[in-house]
Amino acid sequence: MSDTRAKSMRTPLGRVRNLGAAHSGTTDFWRQRITAVAMTLLIIPVVAVVIMLLGRNQAGAAQILGSLPIAMIMLLFIVASCWHMKIGMQVVIEDYVHSEPLKLIAIMANNFFAVTVALASIYAIFKLSSGV
Amino acid sequence: MILSIVHRATGIALYFGTLLLAWWLIAAASGPSAYSYVQAFTSSIIGRLIVFGFTWALLHHLLSGIRHFVWDLGYGFKPNEREALTWGALIGGIFLTVLVWILAYAVGGGR
Repeated sequence: MSDTRAKSMRTPLGRVRNLGAAHSGTTDFWRQRITAVAMTLLIIPVVAVVIMLLGRNQAGAAQILGSLPIAMIMLLFIVASCWHMKIGMQVVIEDYVHSEPLKLIAIMANNFFAVTVALASIYAIFKLSSGV
Repeated sequence: MILSIVHRATGIALYFGTLLLAWWLIAAASGPSAYSYVQAFTSSIIGRLIVFGFTWALLHHLLSGIRHFVWDLGYGFKPNEREALTWGALIGGIFLTVLVWILAYAVGGGR
């Protein structure tokens, strides 16, 4: 950053105007809130689903998780939580990791982790719903 | 004030806790033998402790997050209001965790 600052004729204020230094504005802030509200609404159904599944064997669990309303609740919760945790962990990384290469690696790893957990869980729900 | 770092710490714990959730769903989709590993783990002492800790982290993070909604909307900034929100999240999180586990044992324990 210090290099561009030396070469550029733009003022520091000019560079961060409108969408800010990251050029994505308040997108992450807003998405963090949307996913938080979504999970606040979903928490009671999700806890209810988990309690319904306790003590059941695989066949019973698979049957419940494969039903449409429960699959929908789980899918919405998985998408909201993975998105939310990806943004949250990125904030933590940006706050504490100051080495630029390390920060980039950590942010990439964070993205890979969140997407992998989300897709693995979504795949499992789809597989349970299709009954194969 | 200390609670802001607890919000963060529970968030990080939940981040890694999603691995347990993903494992459980994949096992349910895979078959009886894969599912029996999850059940063996969650019924062990260490497994129960982890799931109990996960429940608390989730419910505390939820209530602590609602506290942030209140602040986002521009309310609750007076010292006594901040104290009330903080203690509400702390005590409420523990209360809800115990409530969920009582429900879980009442419903699931009977099966």
